[in-house]
Amino acid sequence: MTQAAKSASTGMNPGAELSSAPELCWFEEVHKEDVALVGGKCSSLGELINAGVRVPPGFALTTHGYARFMRDAGVSGEIPGMLEGCGHDDLDQLESASRAIREMIEAHSFAWELEDAIAEFYRKLSVRCMVPAVPVAVRSSATAEDLPGASFAGQQDTYLWIRGVDDLLLHARRCISSLFTGRAIAYRIRMGFPHEDVALSVGFQKMANSYTAGVMFTMNPANGDRSVIAIDANFGFGESVVSGEVTPDHFVVNKVAMDILERTICSKEITYTVDQKTQKSVKIETPHERQNVQSIIDEEIVELARMGKAIEKHYGRPMDIEWAVDKDLPAGGNIFILQARPETVWSAKREADAAAAPKATSAMDYILSSLLTGKKVS
Amino acid sequence: MKFPVPHDVKAKTIPGTEGWERMYPYQYQFVTDDPVRNQYEKETFWFYDGLHYPEPLYPFDTIWDEAWFLALSQFNNRIFMVPPVRGVDHRMINGYVYISPVPVKNPEEIGSRVPHFMERAGHYYKNWDALEAKWKVKMEATIRELEAIDIPRLADMEDISVVMDALGESKGYHLLKNYDDLINLGIKCWQYHFEFLNLGYAAYVFFLDFVQKLFPSIPAQRVTQMISGIDVIMYRPDEELKGLAKKAIELGVDAAVCFSEEWTEVEAGLKKLPKGVEWLTSLNLSREPWFNVSTGTGWFHHDRSWNDQMNVPLSGIQTYIGKLKQGISIERPTEKVCAERDRITAEYRGLIEKEEDRKQFDELLGCAKTVFPYVENHLFYVEHWFHSVFWNKMREVGAILAEHGIIKDVEDVWLLRRDEIKQALWDVVTAWATGVTPRGTMTWPKEVEWRKGVMAKFKEWNAPPAIGTAPEVIQEPFTIVLWGVTNTSLADWAAVAEVKDPSTVKEFKGFAGSPGIVEGKARVCRTVDDIRQLQEGEILVAPTTSPSWAPAFAKIQACVTDVGGVMSHAAIVCREYGLPAVVGTGHATKIIQSGMMIRVDGSTGVISISR
Repeated sequence: MTQAAKSASTGMNPGAELSSAPELCWFEEVHKEDVALVGGKCSSLGELINAGVRVPPGFALTTHGYARFMRDAGVSGEIPGMLEGCGHDDLDQLESASRAIREMIEAHSFAWELEDAIAEFYRKLSVRCMVPAVPVAVRSSATAEDLPGASFAGQQDTYLWIRGVDDLLLHARRCISSLFTGRAIAYRIRMGFPHEDVALSVGFQKMANSYTAGVMFTMNPANGDRSVIAIDANFGFGESVVSGEVTPDHFVVNKVAMDILERTICSKEITYTVDQKTQKSVKIETPHERQNVQSIIDEEIVELARMGKAIEKHYGRPMDIEWAVDKDLPAGGNIFILQARPETVWSAKREADAAAAPKATSAMDYILSSLLTGKKVS
Repeated sequence: MKFPVPHDVKAKTIPGTEGWERMYPYQYQFVTDDPVRNQYEKETFWFYDGLHYPEPLYPFDTIWDEAWFLALSQFNNRIFMVPPVRGVDHRMINGYVYISPVPVKNPEEIGSRVPHFMERAGHYYKNWDALEAKWKVKMEATIRELEAIDIPRLADMEDISVVMDALGESKGYHLLKNYDDLINLGIKCWQYHFEFLNLGYAAYVFFLDFVQKLFPSIPAQRVTQMISGIDVIMYRPDEELKGLAKKAIELGVDAAVCFSEEWTEVEAGLKKLPKGVEWLTSLNLSREPWFNVSTGTGWFHHDRSWNDQMNVPLSGIQTYIGKLKQGISIERPTEKVCAERDRITAEYRGLIEKEEDRKQFDELLGCAKTVFPYVENHLFYVEHWFHSVFWNKMREVGAILAEHGIIKDVEDVWLLRRDEIKQALWDVVTAWATGVTPRGTMTWPKEVEWRKGVMAKFKEWNAPPAIGTAPEVIQEPFTIVLWGVTNTSLADWAAVAEVKDPSTVKEFKGFAGSPGIVEGKARVCRTVDDIRQLQEGEILVAPTTSPSWAPAFAKIQACVTDVGGVMSHAAIVCREYGLPAVVGTGHATKIIQSGMMIRVDGSTGVISISR
């Protein structure tokens, strides 16, 4: 944990007599080294903010906060017993154990000190965003997640468009309980990962009121080309793109010269947007006349690519990034990065290839061997 | 991949052109009466060389095709011993040239050619700069020889000096001999043309290929940018115009230079001014050799030089005077180009992950930079300077034929093959000597009229881009350049060739020549004369451009061409000036009309028309 996180959070958690470790902290107080404290997602958001990247603000319930909840709830003590004798392939038994554990977690309240602290952070966040009871995304941020080569991604939950302290608390518990789905339990048993060592953080991040959103790779996922940035986009929240429910618009931008090399506009039938009455995220059919319209303008594509390039430079490796264009904010300050993690597929392949690089030769030898190989027609 | 059978294409003779074969060398015909040759032609892949020949060849203009048929093939196959490939074979249908690289099929033979190639080509690569300097000397001597050639008129009585000097030769003999010399110099010039070119192309194309393997999505234009900013003489004619514009202002004769669009009027006015005469002296210094730059590619007799059409450079000088008067810089942004080149190169190099690949990149980039000046500069020496002088010498020959009634007009001379001209000159000379009428006066005018009709029909014909049977790979460097740089795939190529109704097209593609997106008013300029009509900020749409079009680039905000690849003049100049360009669209000048609002995306190669 960094110095900033230590000092900024003192006094915010009056119930933490046992430890000086914070139970809550702002994203900007953490860095990428703080995975043990706030999990992969939140530490990465902190890292991005500190690198100067525009990220919607938010805070995290730390792994200490998580541990305290589990302790207070008495859950930590009971879980081992409830899982006794479970094999990773006994699905029925796993499911019933999972159900019991999750019900137990979701039924339990946070300690009042922790509740107050969350409420206070939430109030401050709302003030910062100048929105009363600002809508947030509540996300689990796992300590073993997002690491290159160990993709736990998708095993925990994300809840969008959550408003009000009570709802925040409810969904925080749901995030925590999602650690104990039958699938997650089975996975840990199979990998020999002790359940008591599992730690989770929960992030509360201002919802970007996105006009358009999607994902971006700082390389071409189709061929591993590191000289380009590939962007997928659809109207509304990024869910439709991340989940694969639509074929998004696809753009390829030259990373070196920042020109748009490819532009594929697809028929995008659905949009995730917010229901004004319920203030919840809903899936709607995109109006016909908009389905084939380019979902992000060229200037934003280039701006996004610049941000992607900066993020890649900061991390020193190709990245997989979620982004959104906020409709409430003016151009020039409306593109946000929601998440960034190292790209894993091509990274692994490249490492495997590294040994197989052919020896460099003189230009003359290279020309000769190229002539002998020839050039494929078509 | 199978394409139409060449003989089937040829068999569909355009009505009224029956017998057109006699306008071209017999070995250019696809044949049906020789089973072995017929079989070879069917099994071979022939593609239409639209880059060099956007239009059908006039019988005389076939000279350069035959010249490079010989030169390229001999350097590949008999001089440098390129291991996997012999020469490039040629055929013709309806005046359009089809070419095909001839592979070495036997692996043992390929192997036995390798050491020779390494020794021979290696000698050129190793000593490139020194040999290139030698080349310039040879080439300039050849051009001087050409300029000195005299095409004599035939006098009724030979000059007295023939007698007094006991010369023993007549002008008739000189005419025959000097015509031969003229043709031979042309062939020789093309021998030199290919001395370096294929080796240069190989270095260039395999650098491109290597970088595209490292970065599959890299646009070819970005690779060529890595070798931009190298000083090549292609810019020199334009630099001369800029210099003359500055000089005019310096001498205070700029108003006189801008007095008219007609060169003759401007010249007459300047002669009356003392400073005007001084300016004209500077101009005359620039004219040789720089105004020999052709207003086309130089490949065709109708591509005239600035020297032939002084209104063209005059218009350029006037544009630059206008810019200078408004305080706008007319300098080439060389420093900026070099800085951007270095940045691009360093960034791509930085993205290369393996040390060995980085070494290979450096090695190939160095080689490509070495060969680049020749690949560009030979164009000025051969296609511009030599050809411009050559075409005019041929017009002198045409004038003699016209004077003696073989043809009606000087410009009819292009409708005869060069061996037919030789024959006609014999007819003229013997008739002149004898004092009778040449037989050709009765036969040629009729034939020339018929051939004109045939050419008009040929121009209407759409040459299929490819015929015969496609091979798996191509190993001939020149073909790879034509193919790989101008055509990313057969499908693209076929798409470019087919446009049904130009008035309905809303969007079409060419090759991304220079990045950026611009929207604006189109101005179609079919020839360099039309660039005078260009307004500030318009988008130039042209069949192709050449160094003589340079002043146009000072006015426009983007450029679109019918013909050319990423190494074409338009693409290179636009990259230097930071203007978007889409090149090799096939039909832009047919689809777009002046005044249309168009959007040019030089990064993707897409042109959109607001209809």
